[in-house]
Amino acid sequence: MASAEMSASKSIVSIKGLKKRFGANEVLKGIDLEVGAGEVIAIIGKSGSGKSTLLRCVNGLEVFDQGTLHVDGLPLVHGSKAAMRALRQRVGMIFQSFNLFPHLSVGKNVMLAPSLVKKTAAASGAEQAQRLLARVGLAEKFDASPDELSGGQQQRVAIARALAMEPAVLLCDEITSALDPELVGEVLRVVESLAVDGMTLLMVTHEMSFARKVSDRVVFMHAGRIHEIGPPQQIFGAPQTAELRQFLSALDG
Amino acid sequence: MVDFSIWDIFRNLLLAARWTIALSLIAFVGGGLVGLALLVARIARWPGAEPLARGYVQLFQGTPLLMQLFLAYFGLGLFGINVSPWVAASLALTLYSSAFLTEIWRGSVASVAKGQWEASAALALSLGEQLRHVIGPQALRVAVPPTVGFLVQVVKGTALASVIGFIELTKAGTMITNATFRPFTVYACLALMYFALCYPISAWSKSLERKLHGQR
Repeated sequence: MASAEMSASKSIVSIKGLKKRFGANEVLKGIDLEVGAGEVIAIIGKSGSGKSTLLRCVNGLEVFDQGTLHVDGLPLVHGSKAAMRALRQRVGMIFQSFNLFPHLSVGKNVMLAPSLVKKTAAASGAEQAQRLLARVGLAEKFDASPDELSGGQQQRVAIARALAMEPAVLLCDEITSALDPELVGEVLRVVESLAVDGMTLLMVTHEMSFARKVSDRVVFMHAGRIHEIGPPQQIFGAPQTAELRQFLSALDG
Repeated sequence: MVDFSIWDIFRNLLLAARWTIALSLIAFVGGGLVGLALLVARIARWPGAEPLARGYVQLFQGTPLLMQLFLAYFGLGLFGINVSPWVAASLALTLYSSAFLTEIWRGSVASVAKGQWEASAALALSLGEQLRHVIGPQALRVAVPPTVGFLVQVVKGTALASVIGFIELTKAGTMITNATFRPFTVYACLALMYFALCYPISAWSKSLERKLHGQR
């Protein structure tokens, strides 16, 4: 996990004054956040607090109305196909519902984007896919079809697929929420190993013990703002605001 | 009076069947291309594409094919453009088919889960790559049965081109009846011939469906 000096030296995700509204409802009311290289950020908060929307702004799945966003120095420019393509190559995303491509084998799921976007040759793409599948513990599933896998296995394939683009930051949007309880552990272990290896992670999560264990900083979102931010010991051990205290006590109850 | 054998009737109908097949092919290919272009324009959200395509579909789905044939044949004549039955029938059937096909395919694309669009966008795929490699193959499976079902309708729909003097199967059947005075024989042969054209298409659809579902 990254030291404070490292975070200060290089910012991987830089968000300034980000605002986003759905119709009359302003869901993000000015977000400022700097994420350093190798930093692991957990985003927590009630549903409707804007945490998923914030995450989806980082790779442009949601269009924001005001503010600026940079990933690895690249600006997010809505409407510029070239800028979006460049930025999205630096940002991986893992979804709650896995979203594997059901018509492609596991190996081809991993190989598709590198072959199209980075023009990776078939042989080296297959080798990379094999390596990444081994890393998530699914080396023997290369030729399997996604619908033959359990939810936990599908999610691990989705992680391998995102890693194949060699992103600078990985966005995790409640990636264990759709899993049976006994399958959560295998996915979280993979994420934890990524964190240990120095991957920059931005994750929206309901797994508080995981957030406490793995993250460098925890962001508590409330009513479209970053209400409290700090190291996990402080956020979970000494919450400063009434809203965070209430949120945490509701979880215990 | 000349005596016509069944073979005479059949042979002449077979010759006319060429034009039914040719007209059907023109309608499939032309309608498919125009329908695909409309589909892509809608998906890519080109300015004005959506209302234009919707109006187009409403227009051609909301009026009888027979009227469209008459309008193509006589309507263009009003503007001083002299069209042959060939051109008029090809034009009307192409427009008609494209309106139905684009709507069938739009529904098929819409049936693909939103998460597939998001996952492929997050992997930096361009719209063309998304359609070609992620959305298209999944939409295709959904699209095959209704598309082929419609193509069978088009084959039978070409019969209407007989009213503007286009000599295909039905028109030939009428002409042969007038010469032989054996309407039941002639129209029975005619029905058999339409069946022989349409049945293989349906059978092909079934095998294609199986193949698309088995494929990984």
